Formats: sequence, C-alpha cells, structure tokens
Amino acid sequence: MSTATAPVRTAHVATTRRERKARSMQPPKPLLSLLAWIVGFLFVAPVLWMVLTSLHSETDAATNPPSIAAGLTLDGYRSFLSAGPEAPLLNSLMASVVSTLIVLCLAIPAAYALSIRPVEKWTDVMFFFLSTKFLPIVAGLLPLYLFAQKTGLLDNIWLLVLLYTSMNLPIAVWMMRSFLAEVPVDILEAASIDGAGLLRTLVTVVAPVAMPGIAATSLICFIFSWNELLLARTLTATIAGTSPVFLTSFVTSQGLFLAQLCAAATAVSLPVLVAGFAAQDKLVQGLSLGAVK
Amino acid sequence: MSSPGSTALTPTPAETPPPGRPAGSARKAADWARRAPLMPALLFTIVVTQLPFVVTIVISFLDWNSLRPDRRGFAGISNYVEVFTDANLRASVWNTLVITVTVVLVSLVLGLLIALLLDRKFFGRGAVRTMMIAPFLVVPIAAALLWKHALFNPSYGLFNGLLTSIWRLFGSDNPPQPDWLSEGPKLAIEAALIWQWTPFMMLIILAGLQSKPGDVVEAARMDGANAWQIFRYQTFPHLRQYLELGGLLGSIYIVQNFDAVFTITSGGLGTANLPYTIYQTFFSAHEYGLASAMGIVVVIGTIIIATFALRVVSSMFKEEVSR
Repeated sequence: MSTATAPVRTAHVATTRRERKARSMQPPKPLLSLLAWIVGFLFVAPVLWMVLTSLHSETDAATNPPSIAAGLTLDGYRSFLSAGPEAPLLNSLMASVVSTLIVLCLAIPAAYALSIRPVEKWTDVMFFFLSTKFLPIVAGLLPLYLFAQKTGLLDNIWLLVLLYTSMNLPIAVWMMRSFLAEVPVDILEAASIDGAGLLRTLVTVVAPVAMPGIAATSLICFIFSWNELLLARTLTATIAGTSPVFLTSFVTSQGLFLAQLCAAATAVSLPVLVAGFAAQDKLVQGLSLGAVK
Repeated sequence: MSSPGSTALTPTPAETPPPGRPAGSARKAADWARRAPLMPALLFTIVVTQLPFVVTIVISFLDWNSLRPDRRGFAGISNYVEVFTDANLRASVWNTLVITVTVVLVSLVLGLLIALLLDRKFFGRGAVRTMMIAPFLVVPIAAALLWKHALFNPSYGLFNGLLTSIWRLFGSDNPPQPDWLSEGPKLAIEAALIWQWTPFMMLIILAGLQSKPGDVVEAARMDGANAWQIFRYQTFPHLRQYLELGGLLGSIYIVQNFDAVFTITSGGLGTANLPYTIYQTFFSAHEYGLASAMGIVVVIGTIIIATFALRVVSSMFKEEVSR
C-alpha cells in the first residue's frame, strides 16, 4: 500500500462504515437512541426525585400518590442549615483535602521509583500495595479504636486524615505509576544529559504526562474520603464528625423529615456531583486505577 | 522535548558508578537512591495497614469483653471455635457472598448492555452519559438513606406512590402497596447497590469499547460476520479484561460494604453481612476477642479469594508492562 493512496482509502472506509452500520442496525437507530434516553432517565430519576423532594414542604414530600407539581420551598435547606452543618462539612473538607494532598506527596515519588527509575522487584511492591486493599477495614477497626483511645486521638479529625491517607495511598500509587509509565524515558535521560535542570525536565517532560494523572488521582481520593462512613462513625463523635455521620442524624422516629433529609443528602453530595460531572474522563481514568486512558 | 537531537545511548548517571569509589558500595548506594522515593509510602502503608492486623491476631486469642475488664485473659482458640460454630456468623458469610456476587454480576451485565447502547453516535449522547453517572456520584450513605426513606417507604415512598398513581389512572382505588423492605430485604439492599455500581461498570466498559480498533470490525463485517458474531468473537474478547477489571474493583468495594446494610435494614431481616456483624460484635456486644477472631477469619478468606483475583490483574498488568 503506497502512502499516497492511504488517506483516500481511509476516507472511503469511513463512509462505507457509516452506511453499513446504518444498514445492519437491528432495530433501527432512533429506537435504540430512545432506549438509551429512557435508561439514562431511569438511572437519574432517583437523584432528580431527591432534589425535587428537597425543594418540597415536609407535608408535600410525604404524600401518596407523590405531589410532583407541588409548590417549591427552601424550608428543607433551612432545616438543614439550622442543624449546624458547618462543622461536619468543614471536617469532611479537611479530612478529604489534607489526606489527598498527603497521598499525592507520598504516591508521586513512590510511583517514580516504580516506573521511571524502577527498583528491583517493583511488580512485587505494586502487588503488595494492591493486596492491602483486599484487607477489610473492619478487621483492623478494634486496634485502631484502642490506639485512638490510648493516645487521645478519638474524635480527632487528624486521625481520619491519617486513615484516609492509608486507605487511598495504594490506589494512588497504582494510578500514578500507570501515568508516569507513559513518560518517555529516553527524552528524560537526554534532557538530563543535555544539562537541563531537574525543574526544567519536570516541567517540560514529566508534567504534561503526570498532570492529568495527578488530577484523576486527586479526584478519586477526594471522592472516597468524602464518602467514607465506617471509620468516621466509629472513631469520631461530636467534634470531628464528618458529613456522612451528620447525614444519619436527619432520620427521626417521629414527625416528617423527608424533605430536610433530601436537602441534606443533596447538599452533602453536591461537591462530588459537581467534581464528577466536570471531570468525567478523569473519573474513568481514576476508577480503573489508570488502566483506561 | 527540550533536546530532540541528542541520543539516548549514553548510560544514565544512575547506572554509571561514580568514579573513585569501590563499585560494590557505589552500587548499593545507587540501589538505595532508587529505593528512597518509594520508602515513605511503603513504610506508611506497612505501619498503618499491617500493624493493626497484628494486634487483631493477638486480641483474637484473648477472652476480652470490654464490659468485664477484670476477666481479660488468654482464651486459646475458643474464639475461633465459636466463630465456626456460630450460626449468625455463617449467615453473614453467606449474605456477604450473595450480595457481592449478585451486585457485581448484575451491574456488569447491565453496565455492558448500557455501554453498548452508548457506544454509538446519537443525539444527546453526552447528556445520557452524564445522567447515567449521577447515581455513582451520590454519597453512598445519602443514596442508602434516599432508597430507604424516599423510595422504599411503604406509606409515602416513590415506588408505592407511583403504584397508586398508575392504578388511579385505570380507575382503581386499591393499588398494591408492598412493604418492600420486609418482603425482600436483601433484594432491597442489592437494588440500591446495583443502582450505584452499574454506572461504574458502564464507564469502564464504555472506555474499553471506545479503545477498540474499528477497522477490525469493519474487516469482519466485510467478511460477512453478523452483529452477534462480531460481538462474540471480537468485541467480547477485547472487552474481557475491562469486564475483569470492573468485576475485581467492584468486588473489593462491595465485599466491604457497610453503609447500605447499616442504613437500609440495620442488619435485620437476615441481611447482616460480615462488616456489619463484626461492627456489631465490637461496638454493641463489646466482645473484643470474638470480633477479632471473626476479623482474622475474614482476612484469611479474603486472602484466598484475592489470590485468585490478583492473578487476573497480574495477567493484565504483564500485558501492559510488555507493551
């Protein structure tokens, strides 16, 4: 195949592919598109219902059949705000952001030593990191609790920062390694021989490959820390309680609470929803530990 | 890209022993220089994740109920005997397996079907993908509370509300109003988890589908292969590693699920899984020794399963390394 004819040929294939796809589709395309829309709607419906209920009054929220067209009010959010969400939200923010930063500081050098300039037996190290994710957190819970009790770290947000760091570090090492493995090593070496400073090498060679990886890693670590309930529930109480723990307090045995519960659930989920929607591709990269790029 | 003209043939500084020192110690120093960036992360992980398990092993051989601190003593293997003869614990092992396998398999199949639906150009594809991702981005405890109170509640939940609306539409005032949680407690938990995890599987499978070379499919189609044959012999083998990856990561998280069981049924109605049972033994029954023995049994079980699972990853991983 000569190079001159290649572009023509691909163009030809592209058109026939489209035609053939259209012909071979059974059932016809519009039906499948409609089905995709319906499935998408079914999956998002509970989320929409949560948001809609959060904007209803308590009485409208608890009707059967549902009052979809009832008037909207911010009462649910007022109840949420008056329940004192500032401390739990700040605790969650602190635990998620600080632990994510520490994870990055530990994971990036580790990933460097596992990809760009690998240590001997680096695959074993990788599997050690992954194997720690198989150990159920709950089996280490009692020693952690006793340790916190002894050291006075019970109900202290720094304990959660520490534990979330260890929870996310293995994932981050896997992700960052898979990104740093894409750094062109010859160029890296060439740059250092040419006398390019470390900083310049980092900026021109490593950063373009590593930055998307760092973004994806941060997103995933942030989400997992923000969502965590078991450790937070066990090891914190009134001072260091995080948003997930706070959410459970909205369920009462008497009276109507559905609208304010939905308002709280929406408010607590909002940071994750916004970050996840804004960075959908980073989400996929992160969730697959960097295997999907 | 600072110096495209230079060659990469010169050995790197790390591989050349610095002159004027014996080669052995220089090599050792170079080895440690290589290991140095890895050490903080490795040591941190060992201390924070492995040490607690060592302590758990010790406690598992103690007779220790925190409500009776004076009776603390060595218990031998009696905690382990209790673990294996305890019907509740056997039930929670079974529940953990059933919930994990059901949720992972159903999410994988649904995720695959939806990914196939979305792997075509159509109006609003980006919007549908965004809608599909939403369930995964709701904080898990919020999702569990939402399903329990806003959807499953027998008197004002959305499900029974919709049943009322539909029956009224056909002029009936006597709609079925099932109590979802007591009639199918395990199914209720599984439904909520499947709703959250299908988007996860879909995202990974969709990424796999989009990385598939289109010209091979084209060639097969020209050779007269039909849609099913193309899926069976080309798409599916290509997707296999993505399905395995989704299954593995999903299992890691669903085996440990606490939020849904804790919220939706509080472990009642025969739905308690291992994390919930161990949590209860610690913090309600205060049986520290017994709970630790349970924890160790779970860890051993997980290691056995993980050894098989890791083989899956390792085959993928080798493929990537050899690339």
